[in-house]
Amino acid sequence: MYHKEKSIQIKSSASALYNNLSVLRIAPRSLTYFAVVHANVVNMVSASWDSLNYSHRQLQSKEGTVATSSSLIMQAAWCVLPSRDLLVLTSQRGIQMYESDGSIMVYWHALESPETPTAQAVFARGIAAVRENYICVGTSTGSVLVFDVPSKGSNITLSEVLEEHKESITDMASECSGSLDCIADLVSADDSGLLCVWKSGEDFQLLNKIPGFDMCCSSVKLWKGTVVAGYGTGQIRLYEAITGILHAEVNAHARWIYSLDIAPFTGLLLSAAEDSLVRVWHLTMTPETNNVEIEHMYNECVTDTQICGAKFCDGDGYAFAVTGYDLTEIIRYTQG
Amino acid sequence: MSLKTLPLLVLNLGGEMLYVLDQRLQVPNIPEDKAQKGVWSEDDRKRVMSDIISALFNKPFMEELLKPQDIYSHKAMRTLLTRIAHSSIMRLNPASMEKLYDLMVMALKYQVLLCPRPRDLLLVTFNHIDTIRHFVSHNPRLANQIDESQRQFIEMYKHLTDGEFQLIRQTLLIFFQDVHVRVSLFLREKLQSPNGRFVLSTSGPVPQGSDVPGLIRSFNCNGKEQKRREFPSGGTYTSHMREGSFDMAGDRVIRLGTNMYSESAENTQTTGTPRRFNQNSQQLSHSTLTERRFTETKVYHPNPLAKEELNLLARLMGGMEVQDPHSGNSGFRVNLFATDQEEEEAESETDGVFAVINIQATQDHHANSELARIAGEFTDQEETSDAPSSKGDHLLSLMDEL
Repeated sequence: MYHKEKSIQIKSSASALYNNLSVLRIAPRSLTYFAVVHANVVNMVSASWDSLNYSHRQLQSKEGTVATSSSLIMQAAWCVLPSRDLLVLTSQRGIQMYESDGSIMVYWHALESPETPTAQAVFARGIAAVRENYICVGTSTGSVLVFDVPSKGSNITLSEVLEEHKESITDMASECSGSLDCIADLVSADDSGLLCVWKSGEDFQLLNKIPGFDMCCSSVKLWKGTVVAGYGTGQIRLYEAITGILHAEVNAHARWIYSLDIAPFTGLLLSAAEDSLVRVWHLTMTPETNNVEIEHMYNECVTDTQICGAKFCDGDGYAFAVTGYDLTEIIRYTQG
Repeated sequence: MSLKTLPLLVLNLGGEMLYVLDQRLQVPNIPEDKAQKGVWSEDDRKRVMSDIISALFNKPFMEELLKPQDIYSHKAMRTLLTRIAHSSIMRLNPASMEKLYDLMVMALKYQVLLCPRPRDLLLVTFNHIDTIRHFVSHNPRLANQIDESQRQFIEMYKHLTDGEFQLIRQTLLIFFQDVHVRVSLFLREKLQSPNGRFVLSTSGPVPQGSDVPGLIRSFNCNGKEQKRREFPSGGTYTSHMREGSFDMAGDRVIRLGTNMYSESAENTQTTGTPRRFNQNSQQLSHSTLTERRFTETKVYHPNPLAKEELNLLARLMGGMEVQDPHSGNSGFRVNLFATDQEEEEAESETDGVFAVINIQATQDHHANSELARIAGEFTDQEETSDAPSSKGDHLLSLMDEL
């Protein structure tokens, strides 16, 4: 179904972090951006579609405006809003937001850290762009920070803090089908596997809580009202977001799942884990019965690699890219 | 990242160090220097192992270790472990210590990477502790010390969630990132491929709590299973094994963290770069040392001489005593190379080539002129002629002597 393409070399290897690959497709310029986290640095590559031009940039973790090597970055992800795209970095010190090409930092939010080190780690993790103007970021205490983003400029403000999770946030996802019918806008996941489903607005509203049975959920997606969750046990579960009804359960991987992605136009699902396998699935909705089916399509083994990031490069799922721990390349696959 | 990583790092690296030293101490040591000839006696070996284990499990040291804190840089870890090793009468010169450190790090990297579940890192640690306890089974006082530490470990880690263990594991993996030293034992056992990467199998038992991949179950709105379908898993997996014991004693089940050198009759040495790599060669290629150093400068690590780290190290090591190798018996040297000549060659090559530490004196908020002076001495490896005037200086001068 897919064949391997030429890999993209990155300046330093990928760290073992959940969802450690972000992709931004810029059609008007025939470019695709990739971002991979290495300890306290984000490696950005801009690749032209003809595979002839690559340009690299590295972003450092910062504390305010000062670069600090002692703050590790947990995640880097592009947030696509109707008016603008922003690159968000979450670290042990706080949240940095950049223009999408990484050229200018437009906003910094410092995390509250205790005076003396407590046993609890402090970091931000889990990034999602929601509806027109929100960027939501999770923290190690379980809080979800909601930022209000104007259509341009740096007047970004913290609009709300959602306190529902008790464990560290692992990942967050917004409804990606583009459909305006879906009531649920955002799902947040944490270390205990708890999934919270939200509706956005001036005050975010909690629609549902789906318990996790102490099975860490490391990656989550929301598509056409269905939550797709990947767990440390290697399972993937499909839940109906509003009701919490379990539609399907897949014994998908032999090790911890690190990344999930959905191609919104076709319903293709990508899962990647520490077991070296990337799997492609197909989700089909039957609106009459409100049923979701998952079907296995394809496997790809990345030899001797614990995969930490996997993303489709386009909305149809025609191509996908993969990163692995200790690998200094982004491996790409294309259909055909 | 996780503030609970350092104890696991120090204890497991210490364990690996003891495994290598235990094996090397049994190899006849016939140096050219007549003053040090002879084989280690059983008593000497026991004494060295006991001294090192005593330092590793020293009560105040353990207490400091168990406090919430970030992990250290490779440089700091090497300094710490050298200090622990030199709490005995045994001596390792820098080249051998470098090689020993490579072995320790690669062994632990392998164990952390292949750990079935992040929680199983505890079982790996207990495997090390169990073997260490066996090394000093003749010494009840030490065995008690080890038991006490293990109890503290269990107390600290038993309530952590899987997610927290994974964070610890991810923190360790950042520490091990980009380290690809080839170890002949691993290459022989096909655990490591010639390019330095560890072999990850797509077969074998799945971890505790996981199911064999290959099954899709669909449910109706009432939670009743409607359909079952299978898909090809791309591997040959079997059901998980029984769970290992997380108690003070018991069958740990997993083998990671047990002493792989005790099964291997041959010497364990690191091998060279692909260009000079010879499957049958057990010679150390000197370029490995410099290659590894070069790699390290690209690896993330906090500024090793940041004041905070020095303070932490001082607290950790302050209680340790260094044995004077020149009192009584002549110092017992352990060589990790095949011959003394090789060790000398390796050492002379490294004399002028030290890890390039970028001390950003302008941007480092903790830098002051005193620290800059000490930093200068450290990187140039000059003899400190000033008598130590405070505990901190004494510690630093000790570090300089390493």
